[in-house]
Amino acid sequence: MELLTKGSGEAEQPFQYSVGRWGSKFLMELRDHEKLFGIRCPKCLKVYVPPRQVCGPCFQRMEELVELSDQGILVAFTIIRFSFIDPETGITKPVPYGYGFIKLDGCDNSFQHFINIEDESKVKIGARVQAVFNEDKKGNLMDIKYFRIIGE
Amino acid sequence: MAKRVAVVGTGQTYHKSKRIDVNGVELIYEAVTQALEDAELTRDDIDLVIIGNMDHFEGINYVDMWSIDGSGGLMKPTIKLTTGGTTGSTLAIAGYQMVASGLFDKALVIGWEKNSESDTTAAINTAFDPIWDRLTFAGAIGGLAVEASAYMNDYGITERDAARVVVRDRKNAYHNPYAHLRKEVTIEEVLSSPMLCDPIKLLDMCPRSDGACAVIFASEDVAEKITEIPVWIWGTANRHLYTYINDVNFHGLQSLKNASKELYQKCGIREPLKEIDVIELYQPYSFGGLMWLESMGLCKDGEAPRLVWDGVTDMDGELPVNPSGGVIATNPIGATGLIRCAEVAMQIMDKAGEHQVPDVKIAVSTGFGGCMWSDILLYGKEKPK
Amino acid sequence: MEKVAIIGIGMTKQERRKKAETFADMVFEAVTKALEDADMTTKDIDNIVTGCNDFWDGRTISSMAVGDASGAWDKNISCVEGDGTFVAFYGMTRILSHSYGTTLVTAHSKGSESVSSLITNAMFDPIYTRPLGLDGITSAALQARRYMDKYGITEEQCAMVSVKNHRNAKNNPYSQLPMDLSLKDVLNSRMLADPIKLLDASPITDGACAVILANEKTAKRFTKHPVWIKGVGFCADAYHLGDRDLAECKSLEKAAQTAYKMAGITNPFKEIDVAEIYDAFSYQELMWSEGLGFCDKGGGGKLVEKGETEMKGSIPLNPSGGCLSAHAVIAAGLIRIAEATLQVRGGAGKRQIPGSKTALAHGVNGPCGQSHCVWILGGEDG
Repeated sequence: MELLTKGSGEAEQPFQYSVGRWGSKFLMELRDHEKLFGIRCPKCLKVYVPPRQVCGPCFQRMEELVELSDQGILVAFTIIRFSFIDPETGITKPVPYGYGFIKLDGCDNSFQHFINIEDESKVKIGARVQAVFNEDKKGNLMDIKYFRIIGE
Repeated sequence: MAKRVAVVGTGQTYHKSKRIDVNGVELIYEAVTQALEDAELTRDDIDLVIIGNMDHFEGINYVDMWSIDGSGGLMKPTIKLTTGGTTGSTLAIAGYQMVASGLFDKALVIGWEKNSESDTTAAINTAFDPIWDRLTFAGAIGGLAVEASAYMNDYGITERDAARVVVRDRKNAYHNPYAHLRKEVTIEEVLSSPMLCDPIKLLDMCPRSDGACAVIFASEDVAEKITEIPVWIWGTANRHLYTYINDVNFHGLQSLKNASKELYQKCGIREPLKEIDVIELYQPYSFGGLMWLESMGLCKDGEAPRLVWDGVTDMDGELPVNPSGGVIATNPIGATGLIRCAEVAMQIMDKAGEHQVPDVKIAVSTGFGGCMWSDILLYGKEKPK
Repeated sequence: MEKVAIIGIGMTKQERRKKAETFADMVFEAVTKALEDADMTTKDIDNIVTGCNDFWDGRTISSMAVGDASGAWDKNISCVEGDGTFVAFYGMTRILSHSYGTTLVTAHSKGSESVSSLITNAMFDPIYTRPLGLDGITSAALQARRYMDKYGITEEQCAMVSVKNHRNAKNNPYSQLPMDLSLKDVLNSRMLADPIKLLDASPITDGACAVILANEKTAKRFTKHPVWIKGVGFCADAYHLGDRDLAECKSLEKAAQTAYKMAGITNPFKEIDVAEIYDAFSYQELMWSEGLGFCDKGGGGKLVEKGETEMKGSIPLNPSGGCLSAHAVIAAGLIRIAEATLQVRGGAGKRQIPGSKTALAHGVNGPCGQSHCVWILGGEDG
């Protein structure tokens, strides 16, 4: 007996996600000034990136934006070697590429982004990294191209 | 009037990579009929149906409505829960809570997934924040690889240590007729399998499966009439700790640490390694099978490899972990957490056949998913006070 | 059933598009208001149940977005994917189980962020029904036509519901579409899918709501005016539209029966003082009135014609303006509970039905009212 399947065709679910006030500020600073901003909780004094309205542990509204460095320390990372379809673009991701979490100077949580792996031997936990920006910026996270290793 | 609650029957499908012979509703029906048979009940006996899966894997909105023919929920109270990877364990907790409330005597809880119907990693990516996390995220594998990198850096854990976990689980799966991957593997095979995301190789990672699982929860008023060995829920706890992946603390699985602590306190467990007889750990990858034993308080941070190499977690060890073969052998995501519950129940009921651990009195099942979230449940052969 | 009370409610204004706010922002606003209303802090909340839908949010673990905003840090939490009335039900059982003394229930959605008909199209079976392009509105049109045909309900009677509810919304500062309409306005509004016209349908809405439930001991500690849950029930009918007679709502009747039995209600028309019911479309208010026992089968049209469901009528329906005036999916049912709570408390301001002791709240899940959840709320002596 033949067993059939049915494809979803060209089904798309387009969305327009609201970024929110703090997120919008972050992305605009990124796009217009190549600057990274975090937000400080008035209660626990932790600084979070990207900035958001509520400090989770304190359940506290946050208002104070803090300019962060575009440099930091690599706290965890991996090198992606298997390709998968990127749901944002519908295109299969070209591999290999680096992906990691960076503790930006001045910040208490970490920031995830791509890591440049031109020299894989330098990509280590504890390495110092710096953001590299795209020429053509659109006001989203990809305005940062990747973080490159600048030291041990 | 709050009630004590027990698992009185379980059912699951024979998990495979692709069940092209059934649609989702039929897959659910298979597990449901098995559970009802196991408990010697019929659909008429069921007061409530609770179902869950991870929506974007099958692309169906309002699954509790869509599946009603197969779930047995027709003209009954039917409700859906979904929390990503933790769905299965969240469902188990809901089965417990709904029956414990005294409003329902017998609840049928169903977890299922037809992962073959979509690109799993792409779908998992859509679980994460669309503005901050999704653009760079690399699915479950990428996220877990990052956790592993921190763990290896903190304690000098090696890929070989992780491979030992896989060998154990795949060996156990060989004896589990329901498991998806039933071929044993060696350490060398794990180490030489293709690298997915450093340090996770193909054999370090769980598969994705098509499968369904159903568990029947019953109140103390009826549990002992239904089955000889009801499996009593002593307690549940969970932490869906992080909202943004950026906030994750990669040193230990924080959510599991916090949830375990609460659970042990609630259930009077002081020495988990000694007092627990079996654990079905929601372990989607090998390194988790080391780090998360530490997070559960079974040993000190960094010491899990010793526990595993010493055979403590093997079938004949002091505290067998994943006698079913675990998630490394079988992973229909929405069902996976519930399969952990079903497997634990089977252990206590003495129904686990070839993968039975002798004399199980106290057992734990966990759930993992989302943004490094954890659920945990403790079960006992004895009725809790 | 042991006593469980609603001791705090909070909601955002329901609007067409909250461009500046994320899901988390809306939920944080609703939760903060609910805590204020109950005079509590997040420390007093023992556990949380969030309500959200992956398709509406465009995100397959939609509950992830609102963790911090719900005060879920280091707490037990779960998520129900379905209308707010169902979410609150689970929240209630977590207290009845004696696991927790208080539960915070949240629900949210932003209809503005997606194409609603694509989202509701995804409710339908991908093999047989979805390719036909069926969505929330067209399926409702099928049901409306069947219902009107079987019981002789007229388009005018449906239009009366819309006129009433939009007028009621004028008393509700949270509602999206307060409007003075004439019957003609509704009848002449743009046809969406025969017989449903624009003003017969609910709008697209962004909004969130939060409700705090507590056991008796905790309720009495925090408030002098707890609103008790007297009865509650839910039930789901068949899925494929052709598997049931769309003119009937058997699952609503069963859910209502369960709730009424628990609450000791034998004559809902007389004993319910006010009801907030799920009027996603004007004909639905008539159908659900019948299912809830406010009138006989097929009597929904006459009920509204006689003015019985007006603010001053025998069984006021939707003094808040209902879903016709504001419809943030998922949140809508929780808002019905919140509105019913305000009624029993005597705190509904201009939309108060005087002397409300027993109120009913109702929510719907699934296409064409497949699944219903009914709540009966009462005051101290109700």
